[in-house]
Amino acid sequence: MNLFPNCPIPLTEYPRVLLAHGGGGRLTQNLIEKMLLPSFDNPFLAPLHDGALISLGEQRLALSTDSYVVHPPFFPGGDIGRLAVFGTANDLAMCGARPLFLSCALILEEGLPMEDLWRIIVSMKEAAQEADVQIVTGDSKVVERGKGDGIFINTAGIGAVLPGVEVGPQQVQAGDEIVLSGPLGLHGIAIMALREGLSLDADVKSDSAPVFPMVKALAEEGIEIHMLRDPTRGGLSSALNEMATKSRIGMLIEEERLPIGPEVQGVCEILGLDPLYVANEGNFIAVVKEGQSEQAVEVLRKNPSGRQAVCIGRAVTEHPQTVVMRTRIRGERIVDVMSGEQLPRIC
Amino acid sequence: MRYLDEYRDGAAAQKMLRRIAGTITRPWTIMEVCGSQTHALLKYGIDQLLPDKLTLIHGPGCPVCVTPVEIIDQAIALAARPDVIFTSYGDMLRVPGSGKDLLSVKAEGGDVRMVYSPMDALKIARENPDKKTVFFAIGFETTAPANAMAAFLAERDGVDSFFMLTSHVLIPPAIETIASSPDNRVQGFLAPGHVCTVTGYTQYETLAAKYRLPIVVTGFEPLDLLQGIYMLIKQLETGGYTVENQYARSVARDGNPQAQALIDKVFEVVDHKWRGIGTIPLSGLRLKGPYARFDAITALGVESPPSQEASACIAGLVLQGVKKPVDCPAFATDCTPEHCLGAPMVSSEGACAAYYLYSRREKAIT
Repeated sequence: MNLFPNCPIPLTEYPRVLLAHGGGGRLTQNLIEKMLLPSFDNPFLAPLHDGALISLGEQRLALSTDSYVVHPPFFPGGDIGRLAVFGTANDLAMCGARPLFLSCALILEEGLPMEDLWRIIVSMKEAAQEADVQIVTGDSKVVERGKGDGIFINTAGIGAVLPGVEVGPQQVQAGDEIVLSGPLGLHGIAIMALREGLSLDADVKSDSAPVFPMVKALAEEGIEIHMLRDPTRGGLSSALNEMATKSRIGMLIEEERLPIGPEVQGVCEILGLDPLYVANEGNFIAVVKEGQSEQAVEVLRKNPSGRQAVCIGRAVTEHPQTVVMRTRIRGERIVDVMSGEQLPRIC
Repeated sequence: MRYLDEYRDGAAAQKMLRRIAGTITRPWTIMEVCGSQTHALLKYGIDQLLPDKLTLIHGPGCPVCVTPVEIIDQAIALAARPDVIFTSYGDMLRVPGSGKDLLSVKAEGGDVRMVYSPMDALKIARENPDKKTVFFAIGFETTAPANAMAAFLAERDGVDSFFMLTSHVLIPPAIETIASSPDNRVQGFLAPGHVCTVTGYTQYETLAAKYRLPIVVTGFEPLDLLQGIYMLIKQLETGGYTVENQYARSVARDGNPQAQALIDKVFEVVDHKWRGIGTIPLSGLRLKGPYARFDAITALGVESPPSQEASACIAGLVLQGVKKPVDCPAFATDCTPEHCLGAPMVSSEGACAAYYLYSRREKAIT
């Protein structure tokens, strides 16, 4: 019997974990698909959605978890606590579910100012109220100085899938329209600018916010939602590629329709980043039935976080599993998954 | 956004494309020297919009790509030392040496830090006087002034914990190497706008006259490139071989004299080896005089095992414009950004990375 089967990620390539393994791009994908998925193999995990869908009798539930290691823990427009609540609540919303209950596990580093911890806890409380979820269980551990980065938070959540909502890659068809609920890059750039000490004339604030109200509004207005994704780590490109790959369909997006504000564009130009790879928080991508994007955009724009909602493209039969962008000068190029890490640890 | 949107305007681009199509009557082969230009051409899909008569060859203007493997091995050896803080532009961290890259050294516990400027490295050196902070000073004439400034300040302020591992290269000798090669196919050059912002373009006038090749100093936005190509084709069609300046909003004929003076103060011009190309006479910069003491190699005495290139990689031919990335048997199979054999696949200015990122489903630009 072989107690230690060969590591599925060849040691010769990556004898150690690199930061890029956590960047949300192809290396993260490798880690999940080669090591985690086959090891834990089961039908609930297999779809690799933002959360797992499980049924208890008639009730369909979504279960999701996420860890938050953002540095610095406080940034314009939010903090690690707010992110930990909204992030997991939003993952549930991306399953078409109303977020109900969260757990909260804190890993604290010896020496963390109590005042900072308190600010984070208060912020979590307020965020939970805003997102209409309850934090019902938790844990706290303290690690020695130097063994953590101030504070890490893990949250897990349970949500109830909205009646009649069925999202998943198998639902996506050619002709479906791709709607983006809000501007790109605000969260990632707010953190990046802070980290790099860039002083900006205009404030860039993280837009982290609960997105469930927008998902609910779409469902209630009769929009047929085929797939949902929040373009957090790895940005828009990674989220679109994931959707295209899993649904085995091509995606065509229009560069000139992408909502990218001048501040985000400016910082990206200075730091040499592509806004398509920058992390987001308060927005999501909805793939909706052909012909419904206009109505979907209208519905989203009624929500404060959805004021800049826009249809950015559509699903196509050509170039399956590939995302292609028509550029502003009418050329075409593929939009690939991010390869390494663009922004280390921002959510 | 001002100063950006104007240069990415779809209607203006279409107009320029029509002008190009209306001017070109014969096949021409031109080279965009700078890797950032290659990336912009593919990122905006300009390559597919140009007339078939025009062949673009991608030049060697990717500083990360041409940094010799020996120097990368030295960087890796330095970064692994417990007393060293190794600082570098992000691009260099994923470039493979003979065995591994700098990111792997970091994962193994080496203190490797990404910086955006040599000034950040100098700051780290000031804050850590008990360590040796090494900055990986690479690049063309574009990064040379900032790197020279770091050495200048380190000398002025006596920052003894600061060192530089330099691999600085110069563009005109590389153009001359290509133009003078008996196999040269390039009939005109798009010269790199940012390099010329520092150096000006009088040296390019000498090259244009000597080899009777037109050169257009060109920027990096889609409309810059289209206009540069249009100006070059107009010269080619009419038999001209002068230097024109498309990127006048940044480039003056004499460049930036203060930056040049600083480079001359700190560096001397020496023969330099280019990865994949070989040694080009008087094509590199080395710290000189009182600044030589900051040279990491001599000051810290680096030993690294003999260097080896991956055998399947054709980066040298790609850098010389002889082959396209897609001509490489390892392209997108054995060589990907996650597991690369050669630097052009991981540099943000590398031609292989541009093809891999933006146009893998397309065929080569021919």
